[in-house]
Amino acid sequence: MTVTRAHGALAAPIDLNHTGHYVHWGVVQISVANLVVIGLMVLVFVAAVLLPFPKGRGRR
Amino acid sequence: MSSSGASSAQPDEGLDHSGGWTGAVRRYALRTLPPEKLLPDSQPAYMASWIYVFGVLTVSSLVVVVATGCVLALEGPGWWHASSVGKYVNSLHLWSVELFMFVMVIHLWGKFFMAAWRGRRAMTWMTGAVCFLASIGTAFTGYLVQQNFDSQWISGQAKDGLNSVGIGAWFNVLDFGQMLMWHIVLLPLVLGLLTAWHVLLVRRRGIVPPIDAVTPHPGEQSAASEARP
Repeated sequence: MTVTRAHGALAAPIDLNHTGHYVHWGVVQISVANLVVIGLMVLVFVAAVLLPFPKGRGRR
Repeated sequence: MSSSGASSAQPDEGLDHSGGWTGAVRRYALRTLPPEKLLPDSQPAYMASWIYVFGVLTVSSLVVVVATGCVLALEGPGWWHASSVGKYVNSLHLWSVELFMFVMVIHLWGKFFMAAWRGRRAMTWMTGAVCFLASIGTAFTGYLVQQNFDSQWISGQAKDGLNSVGIGAWFNVLDFGQMLMWHIVLLPLVLGLLTAWHVLLVRRRGIVPPIDAVTPHPGEQSAASEARP
C-alpha cells in the first residue's frame, strides 16, 4: 500500500490501483476491505447498545 | 347506517356503511392507522437508545439513494461518466448505498437480538427481511450497470451461478438493458412498496419493547390487538 505524493491530500487513504488483499481461513476467503466493514459494523452495533442516549423531551 | 324512528340506540347504530368502496377503504385506514398512531408525537421511554436510531437512518439513506438515482437517470451516462458534478453525484449514489447497507445490517442485528417479531409484529419482521433481500438484488444490479470492467467481471462471475438455478432466461446478467431496467424500475418499485408497508406496520404495531421491558401504557398493546383486521 503506497500513497503517492503526486495526489497529495486529495489521494485516497488506501491505494486501490492493485489487486485486493484477501484473508484465507480454510474454505473461507474474504477481502480485507469487507472484513474491515464487518468489523466496523460490529463496533457501531456494540456502541449503539452500550452508549447512553441523550435525554430528550416528549417521551413518556 | 341510521336507524329511522327508533328511540333507543341499536348496537350497530355507529357502523357506517356509506360511501361505497372508497368509504370502506377510508374507514379501514382510519381504524387501522388512526392519525395519532400514524404520526405520533411521543414514544415510550425505552426508545431512548441508539439502537432504535438505525431504522430511521436506513430510511434516510434510502432517500438519498433514490434522490441521487433520479438525478443520474435525468442526466444520463455521458454526464455521470465525464463531468465532475456527474462523477460527484455518481459517487454520492454509491456511498449512500454503502451507508444504507451498513446501517440496515445494524438495524437487522438490533431487531434480531430484540426478537422484534414479538407482539403481533411477525409481518413487520418479514417485510423488513424481504426488504433486505430486495436491497441486495438492487445493489447487485447497480454494480452490473456501472459500465466498467468491474461490472463486466461481476456479471461474468454471476452468470453461471444464476444459469445453474434456471433464472438466467429472464434475469440475464450479461444483458445490460435488462439489468438496467431491473435496477431502476422493478427492484426500486418492490423496495419502495415494501419499505412503505414496513414503516406503516411499525406505526401500526408500535416499536418493539426490549425483552422484559414494562410497557408504559398497556392500552398500546391492547390497541394493537384491537387493530387486527
